[in-house]
Amino acid sequence: MCLAVPGKILEVEERDGSRIGRVQFGGITRPAYLDFVPEAVVGDYIMVHVGFAISRVNAEEAARTYELLEEMGLLESEGLGPESSPDTGGDAP
Amino acid sequence: MKYIDEYRDERLARALAAEISRQVTRSWVLMEICGGQTHTLMRYGIDELLPPQIELVHGPGCPVCVTALETIDKAIQLASRPEVTLVSYGDMLRVPGSHSDLFRVKAGGGDVRVVYSPVDALNVARANPERRVVFFAIGFETTAPANAMAAWQARREGLRNFSMLVSHVLVPPAIRLLLNSPGNRVQAFIAPGHVCTVMGYREYEALSREFRVPIVVGGFEPVDLLEAISMLVAQLEAGRAEVENQYVRSVCYEGNLPAQRIMQEVFEVCDRKWRGVGPIPQSGLKLRPEFAAHDAEQVFELADVATEEPAVCISAQVLQGLKKPVDCPAFARTCTPENPLGAPMVSAEGACAAYYQYRRHAVKA
Repeated sequence: MCLAVPGKILEVEERDGSRIGRVQFGGITRPAYLDFVPEAVVGDYIMVHVGFAISRVNAEEAARTYELLEEMGLLESEGLGPESSPDTGGDAP
Repeated sequence: MKYIDEYRDERLARALAAEISRQVTRSWVLMEICGGQTHTLMRYGIDELLPPQIELVHGPGCPVCVTALETIDKAIQLASRPEVTLVSYGDMLRVPGSHSDLFRVKAGGGDVRVVYSPVDALNVARANPERRVVFFAIGFETTAPANAMAAWQARREGLRNFSMLVSHVLVPPAIRLLLNSPGNRVQAFIAPGHVCTVMGYREYEALSREFRVPIVVGGFEPVDLLEAISMLVAQLEAGRAEVENQYVRSVCYEGNLPAQRIMQEVFEVCDRKWRGVGPIPQSGLKLRPEFAAHDAEQVFELADVATEEPAVCISAQVLQGLKKPVDCPAFARTCTPENPLGAPMVSAEGACAAYYQYRRHAVKA
């Protein structure tokens, strides 16, 4: 439940006063809210929990963590499992 | 079961395990609070890699497991209403209430939907203005800012068909309760890395000072946990009791200030009952009065239900670290993930499910 998944910010847009990133998690891209990481910019790696970034991490550590979560089969609980289709769910308002 | 030769950082893991063995001169009991960390420890057999003097007991850090039975029953009550769409994180569906669970309500025609984010819950309400949408908002401090954003956004938009059944819990009051308990055996804690990513670790310093207990903020990978254990053992052996941060790549002292601001704006601290543990003062978050229009407890008239736990289930002691899942007579016999008697067998983060999944009962047998 307190799992956070690392992803890379591909794009940032502003909508309704919120900053929303298009974030790549392995082969899947999903939106994530960036309100709690105002310093994060395109190209940064962030830890995402239930659709919200909670911290910024470096690229090497992000990649290692992602592989481990994948191996442990924990990505599914965040909607990032093998069956998840790209860009579904968690869509911005 | 997975063992150390499967670690990506095998050499580092072996070095840390050797360092722990070298340092330890007597028996110590350590607790990891977070269910995600319990999962990693079991998955990688870290408990069996450690010297026999180090005992790991598993804490109550599984929000699905500690959500009060009364609250589960309220969610079931709401989901059973024809006009209500209940929106929840997936793990909650199989958690046993007094007489049913949300999965069975859904199978019986109730409108119960699973989401991965509170934003999805808002979208269900926007797309279905004729439905009364209730989001079952559970979690620790890690999840609280995201859930707070949902309430904040609903209020801003005037999304009148959206409300939240809030059952948020806080980690430090639970640690305090464990340390005050006469039966406490825990001598050091691994603090939960993502809770501290949000909150920082100032609160843990007070606990460490007051109870003279070492606390290390730890990450979620096998090497993170081994390093955190090594740091705790070093403190214990040296007679030190302070807060250290192993998970520096995500956690800073102050935590995430924008996330804390939205939490404070939307929620206030309240007393909260934990399943298996009982009431803990000032251990929960509830919506502030300004958000009453989005508070399911106020929007709906919810009957009080008398609740009852299965007598055989020892999840209360498991959640407090007093017993291990394998000590339970029902474990892996009448209680399995397919037919759980207690919440810790449901959630992937529950200690019973972690033991079951990694066949710890077969090892003990």
